[in-house]
Amino acid sequence: MTSLFKTVPIRSSEITPKSVYLSRRDFMKAATLTTGAALLTACAPSVADASADEAPVPTSGATDELGDPVNSYSDITNYNNYYEFTVDKQQVADEAQGFSLAPWTVEVGGLVNNPKTFGIEDLLKLFPQEERIYRLRCVEAWSMVIPWTGFTLASLLEMVEPTSDAKYVRFETVFRPEEMPGQKSPFYPWPYQEGLRLDEAMNDLTLLATGLYGEPNVAQNGAPIRLVVPWKYGFKSIKSIVKIELVSEEPSTLWSNIASNEYGFYANVNPDVDHPRWSQASERRIGELNRRPTCPSTATANRSRICTTAWI
Amino acid sequence: MKKFPYTPLQIAVHLYAWSGLVLLLFDYFTGNLSPNPIQDLEQRTGRHAITLLVLSLLCTPINTIFKWSEPLKRRRALGVYAFLYAAIHMIIFVDLDFGLAWSSVIKEVVEKPRLIVGVIAFILLIPLALTSFDIWKKRLGKNWKRLHQLVYLIAPLVFLHYIWSKKGDLLSLQGEVLKPMIYGLIIGIFLIFRIPPIRKALASFSTRSLALLNKKDPQPKVDTP
Repeated sequence: MTSLFKTVPIRSSEITPKSVYLSRRDFMKAATLTTGAALLTACAPSVADASADEAPVPTSGATDELGDPVNSYSDITNYNNYYEFTVDKQQVADEAQGFSLAPWTVEVGGLVNNPKTFGIEDLLKLFPQEERIYRLRCVEAWSMVIPWTGFTLASLLEMVEPTSDAKYVRFETVFRPEEMPGQKSPFYPWPYQEGLRLDEAMNDLTLLATGLYGEPNVAQNGAPIRLVVPWKYGFKSIKSIVKIELVSEEPSTLWSNIASNEYGFYANVNPDVDHPRWSQASERRIGELNRRPTCPSTATANRSRICTTAWI
Repeated sequence: MKKFPYTPLQIAVHLYAWSGLVLLLFDYFTGNLSPNPIQDLEQRTGRHAITLLVLSLLCTPINTIFKWSEPLKRRRALGVYAFLYAAIHMIIFVDLDFGLAWSSVIKEVVEKPRLIVGVIAFILLIPLALTSFDIWKKRLGKNWKRLHQLVYLIAPLVFLHYIWSKKGDLLSLQGEVLKPMIYGLIIGIFLIFRIPPIRKALASFSTRSLALLNKKDPQPKVDTP
C-alpha cells in the first residue's frame, strides 16, 4: 500500500485531451489586445441536474455544474499556492518533489468519544472514494475547476463521534521544515492551521480529498490528504493534514493570525464582500482571457444555490 | 580609429532595461507564461518598473559615497525605462485584465488604496518622462530639478502599491512581505541620504575615507560632465 502515494510521473497528455492541454497556448496566441471585450456576463443560469444515479462521466473532458470544463492536469499541478514550499506558485511543484507522502497518519481527536489515529491507507479503505468536481476560488481572485476524489469529512467525524461540547473542527498541516523550505520563513506563524464550524464540517459538500483526476493527489496540491470546502476561499482548504481536532472554541487560523480583517474565519466566497485591498466581484478562471463574475457561494447549509458545486 | 562610444555601465543599463521586455515577449510567444498569464504579465512589468525606479534612485548616493559620477548620466535612461514599464503595466491592467471596461476599472481603482497610490504614482511619472528631454531641461531651468524631485514622492507610493498588493501585513511584518520590504528599505535609505545635512555629512565622510584609502591621490577625481 505504501507505493500508492509515491509520485508517479504522469504525462499530462495521457490524461488531458490535447485540445484542453493546448488551450492556454492557443488562447495566448489569440490574446491580442482586446477592444472592449464583453466581459462580466451574468453567471451561467443553467444548473446541471446532479442526480445521484447519473452515470460517472470520464474525468477528462468533464465539466462543473455550470458546464465549465475542468482545468488541465498540468495547470492544476503547476500553479499552486502552497507557502510551506515557496510563495512562487510555479515553483511549488519543483520544491515538493522530495516531500515524502508515506508513511502518513492523521490524528483525529479532541472532543470525541473515539479518538483515533488513522494511517492514510486505512482512510482509503474505510471510506468509499468518490469523485467530485468543484470550483476552487482563490482569495487572490482566480479560480479553477478541479476533479477531486475523496470522501466526506462528515463520514470521518461520524466515526469518531464528536461529543456535545464539540462546536468547531481544527485542522493542522504537517510541520516538516527540512522538507518544506517555506516553513523556515519567520514571516508566517507555522504550522498552517485552519478551522470550520461543526455544521460546516458536517456538510455533505465538505470533502477530504485524496485524489486528483482519478489518480492519487500530488504533493504540490496537498497530498496525501487535504480539505476541500468549495464555497470558501481556497486558503480554508488546508493541505497535507496530520491532525483533526474537535474543539469548543473557534480555532485560530494561520491567515487570520496574519491579518484577521482580510482573511476571516468564515471566508465564504462572496462577490459583494471585497478583500480590503482588491475586489472580489470578478475573477479570472485559469485558462481564460476575460474576467468572469464571481459566483456567490451560498451552498452552505441548504444548497439552495449550487452555483459553486456539483458532483458526479 | 574612432573610440567605442559606449561605456560598460551604459551598455549594462540598456541591456538590463530591455531584457525584461524581451524575456516577457519570448515567454508570451512560446507559451511559457504562468497558467495565469495576464497576472504574470502584470506582475513582471510592475516589478521591472519598480526595480528600474530604485536603480535610478541609487545613482545619486553612489556618486555621493563613491565619488563615481557616471551613474548620474544613466539616471535619466533608468527613469524613462521605469516609466516605459509602468506604462505597459497600466495598459495590461486596463486592456488585458479588464478588457477596456473602463467603468469596472474606475470602480476598482477608486475603492482600493493600493490602486489609488499606483495610479497617482503613474500620473506623477508622466510629466517627469515628458520633460526628460534636454530641451525641457533647458527651458525649465531650476524648475526642472524641482519637478524631478517628485520622484521622492513617487517612490514611496510605488512601495505602498507593491506591498499592498501582497497577502501580508506591513505593520506586523507577517505574510508575503519580504520582497517588498527589501525594495522599501532601499527606498527608505535613499530618501534618508537625500536629507541635506545627512547628505553633506556622508559626502565629507566619504571624501575623507576615500582619501585615506587612496593616499597617493588625496583629491579623488570627479569627472563631472
